[in-house]
Amino acid sequence: MESVLSPAASSTAPRRRKRFQSWKWAPYIFISPFVIIFAIFGAFPLIFSATLSFAQWDPAAGFGAIKWIQLDNYKFVLTDRWFWKSLGNTVYIALASGLPQHLVAIPFAAFLSTLLRGRNIVLGAYFLPFITSSVAISLIFSSLFSKDFGAINAILMSLHDHLPLIGQLLPDHKVDWLQNTEMVKPTVSFVVFWRYVGWNTVLYLAAMQTIPEDLYEAATLDGASITRQFWHITLPMIRPMMFFAVSLTLINNLQLFEEPFILLGDNGGTGQAAMTTAMYMYRTAFYFSDFGTACAISWVMFVIIAVLSYGNNRLFKLAGGED
Amino acid sequence: MAVTKKNTTGKSVAWVIVFLGAVLMLAPFYFTFVLATQPREAIYHIPPPMWFGEALAHNISAINALIPFWHNLGMSFYVAAMTTVLALFFCSMAGYAFAMYEFRFKKFFFAIVLGSMLLPPFLGLIPTFMLMNALGWLDQPRALYLPAAAGAFGIFLMRQYIGSAVPKELMEAARIDGCGEFRIYWNVVLPLIGPALGTLGLVTFITSWNSFLQPLVIMHTPENFTLPVALRSVQSTTNTDWGAVMAGSAIAVLPLLILFVLFSRRLIAGLTAGAVKG
Repeated sequence: MESVLSPAASSTAPRRRKRFQSWKWAPYIFISPFVIIFAIFGAFPLIFSATLSFAQWDPAAGFGAIKWIQLDNYKFVLTDRWFWKSLGNTVYIALASGLPQHLVAIPFAAFLSTLLRGRNIVLGAYFLPFITSSVAISLIFSSLFSKDFGAINAILMSLHDHLPLIGQLLPDHKVDWLQNTEMVKPTVSFVVFWRYVGWNTVLYLAAMQTIPEDLYEAATLDGASITRQFWHITLPMIRPMMFFAVSLTLINNLQLFEEPFILLGDNGGTGQAAMTTAMYMYRTAFYFSDFGTACAISWVMFVIIAVLSYGNNRLFKLAGGED
Repeated sequence: MAVTKKNTTGKSVAWVIVFLGAVLMLAPFYFTFVLATQPREAIYHIPPPMWFGEALAHNISAINALIPFWHNLGMSFYVAAMTTVLALFFCSMAGYAFAMYEFRFKKFFFAIVLGSMLLPPFLGLIPTFMLMNALGWLDQPRALYLPAAAGAFGIFLMRQYIGSAVPKELMEAARIDGCGEFRIYWNVVLPLIGPALGTLGLVTFITSWNSFLQPLVIMHTPENFTLPVALRSVQSTTNTDWGAVMAGSAIAVLPLLILFVLFSRRLIAGLTAGAVKG
């Protein structure tokens, strides 16, 4: 290739012919794989899905069978009691697994940030669930939570019999974690909590490590207790990370699919007590072959996620005293 | 945080809680390996086994009788490896362009990168399935690795790293020496960004290895299932052969455990990259 000069260099050498200014078009070549892949597998499917949400179509019948039905899919979804039930399940599990994640992760990260040794080993143990396959994890838990042969009931019963005082608080009978409609949502929530608490701890710890040490030193000189330092230095300083972490939890939990799908089967368990909206969308498309309605469900969920994220954003801004 | 001496009792209590929590976090992995080594009679026994047995080989052959396990393992590995190789190449190129070049519509394209991170994945699930159906790509591994080959997270990570690790003067010098643009990327930039490539490679491989929803809707013949989809297909509500399922799960989790032990620091740093600046 001809020698190619940067803009600055070529302006000082005006006699050189500018035949092939590859530094001008090179960046477009470099980003072209992303642009092409995003256009085909990112943008196009979204447009297609938005279009299809206004149609009735069984893809087995070919493109000629598309029937335009305006807002009927949306009307159906918004009046469908199974949709609302699935949304209720999703919100229940999102809160029951999400709130404890952050309430545990913040003080835990504060504790870890005081450690000089052993921090990485402890952190590793809590972080491991996050990187392992959610399917493998859910399979393991569906064995552990099994009523008659599961290790969890066996351990609880044994603790009830042998542990003084606290043991009495534990159940004296085998709990039907995966069949009892009262128990399935807490069980799924626990598995989700277990999977993400270490991830949130890592996020909060990373934020705490950026807090300047002299803030704490000054507070200690002024006689502020550890608790006061936590409330008045640590918490305000990690507020941007709290916003980020809570947003991630919100977005991920509202799309929850794999854990309940494996733990309870594709119908969400007895009475569909843990069928999330993502599972309902999957069933609508692939079991009932109603792709138009399934697309409408996904867009309704998108709007719900967007609105809640916006609300979360406002909430953090208000709490921080900005406007 | 500063710690005073009167806090030592508080600290011991905290340590006990943290230790019990760590046991809770690791116990399911322990039981995976325990059940993977136990025969069926021991698993369906009260109380259930708490220690390793000798049936591992039997359970592995049992899982092979139920699903084409080695095919599935190979498919998982093939898809994850292809995704990783392509993502390293495409993301580092795009990240390099965004970090080091000025060009028209740069802001517009970067806004697309950032915006695509905000799209919830399940929004694209059904139309992606239909697109792959229309392309005749159902049951094809490329339907899994191509869409994941230029992720926004990777481009963002690369742009941040290249911007801080590669001096612009180096590019100028290479140009004056007569280096073409692609050779600058390949021979000058790539050798300087090894750590970022390592991090992105780990994150991409693990994400692909664990992926479930996409292969669930795209792969249809049992030989082409990735490991998570194959393992799920063994699970039946009444009479699951847990020893076999756990042996399969143990093998699915094992590569992740090894990667984690070797690279946990880099992995944690990579996954939280970008978040820390927020």
